[in-house]
Amino acid sequence: MASTETFYEVMRRQGISRRSFLKYCSLTAAALGLAPSYAGRIAEAMETKPRTPVLWLHGLECTCCTESFIRSAHPLAQDVVLSMISLDYDDTLMAAAGHQAEAILEEIRERYRGNYILAVEGNPPLAQDGMSCIIAGRPFLEQLQEVAADCKAVIAWGSCASWGCVQAARPNPTRATPVHEVIRDKPVIKVPGCPPIAEVMTGVITYMLTFDRLPPLDRQGRPLMFYGQRIHDKCYRRPHFDAGQFVESWDDEGARKGYCLYKMGCKGPTTYNACSTVRWNDGVSFPIQSGHGCIGCSERDFWDKDSFYDHVTDTHVFGIEANADRVGIAAAGSVGAAIGAHAVASALHRTKQRDRAQHEEREE
Amino acid sequence: MLQDIPTVRQTAVYVYQAPVRVWHWVNALSILVLAVTGYLIGAPPPTLSGEASDHYLMGNIRFLHFAAAYVFAVGFLFRIYWALVGNTYSRQLFSLPFWRRRFWRELVHELRWYAFLEREPCKYIGHNPLAHLFMVAIITVGGLVMIVTGFALYAEQTGLGSWQDELFGWVIPWVGQSQDVRMWHHWGMWVIVVFVMLHVYTAIREDIMSRQSLISTMISGWRMFKDDRP
Repeated sequence: MASTETFYEVMRRQGISRRSFLKYCSLTAAALGLAPSYAGRIAEAMETKPRTPVLWLHGLECTCCTESFIRSAHPLAQDVVLSMISLDYDDTLMAAAGHQAEAILEEIRERYRGNYILAVEGNPPLAQDGMSCIIAGRPFLEQLQEVAADCKAVIAWGSCASWGCVQAARPNPTRATPVHEVIRDKPVIKVPGCPPIAEVMTGVITYMLTFDRLPPLDRQGRPLMFYGQRIHDKCYRRPHFDAGQFVESWDDEGARKGYCLYKMGCKGPTTYNACSTVRWNDGVSFPIQSGHGCIGCSERDFWDKDSFYDHVTDTHVFGIEANADRVGIAAAGSVGAAIGAHAVASALHRTKQRDRAQHEEREE
Repeated sequence: MLQDIPTVRQTAVYVYQAPVRVWHWVNALSILVLAVTGYLIGAPPPTLSGEASDHYLMGNIRFLHFAAAYVFAVGFLFRIYWALVGNTYSRQLFSLPFWRRRFWRELVHELRWYAFLEREPCKYIGHNPLAHLFMVAIITVGGLVMIVTGFALYAEQTGLGSWQDELFGWVIPWVGQSQDVRMWHHWGMWVIVVFVMLHVYTAIREDIMSRQSLISTMISGWRMFKDDRP
């Protein structure tokens, strides 16, 4: 039975040599920030443990998470994890379709009750009884709740599942809702990003499958090893920030020299992700390296945080949009003018009062 | 000629104890440094040319901001301590007689005094009601908000698990995300800037026009009254 094979058996069946397998294990250990000795433990786990099924559901999303995932640089990560998932359920990648595909969900739920991982890409819309996202003739919300009921843990892929992302941006007409607000009785691991980095995705899955436990998470449920620091903390342009060397406008000398993009609205200082270390497409580059600021795609409600190109962005509150600096300078200016006027009025008032007092005194 | 010299007796009360005075001026200085460096962190000075290793401008600006922030925060804690052990007037920052009708009546009187509708202001040993309200709202509540949001942002670089993160890290997800906390911290700066302008103006104006001393009180600690009428 395919479903009781170990990872190692799956890999060997796919023609992967033992040497490559061990390389994969040490690379994974390094990517997860573990000591070299853990490579052996990962290898052992993958050789002996029956693999855990992963069901991958799709709600309101654009499939960029899947697109990113299948580009996972290390070929083994791609082959192993992908073949494993395609054996079970991912309607974008699997061969089966229609009733045949939906039957797999039932089967896994029955056979691996409490032992499978549910990966969710996208989120359920709650408005209009969930009619904005229909899977196999039913609202996605129902499918999500059913499959989540028997899973071991939920992985929320991408910013959609983690925070809501673009479909949840103001005014959120379909009431698209992040997974953790719908599934409350299971641990939800958020892997935000639009999309998340491929190696981060495979890294999280590999950690969970080999160690049989959740990766260490931060306060908001993001794996620490990939979301523990900001882009800014590990950015290769950071020395230019500290020095005070900035790109002031696109195509200026600073832009050509690769200065810091802070003034161009780079959200690196407020964004928790691994882009500046893991980078994208087999470590080729990441937005800042390509000369554009980070847009903060792995942060909550990043679509609603105003311009991607301003550092001091507008604040939206009580339906009002205002920029702290513009309002602040205007307020300080008008208060200054008012103070000046009041001072003059006070002086005049005082002179008048004194005159009157002297006048009264003289009359007495 | 002798009639021109006022014959009133000047009464004086010791209001601000030495630690409160020292705190006031240290606090004022730290707010000045925090506002200037904070603004520059939001809107950095023009870019510098040459090698990155030749400069450390943003690093220094940020260092000054954090150093002044620690002074401000430690001063705040000290001020709470002094409210406990100091005289009655040292407690005004942390208590507002919100339910006392007289407070609001006098507050209206003070507002009317500034609107030139009253002939003369009342005399107060401590803060006048309007000043009292502003001090509590801006210095105590506002200062606390700036400390909490500021340390939450500072915790982003000291890292997860640092004491700053343990104590203040919850603020960021509570408010939304890092960018939101930055923007509120930035708004707070402008609120304090406007307050400082009003504070300095009214202190000078009251020193001249009211019936009591203001500026010299924050230096010597003694409140002097210019007349003996109630």
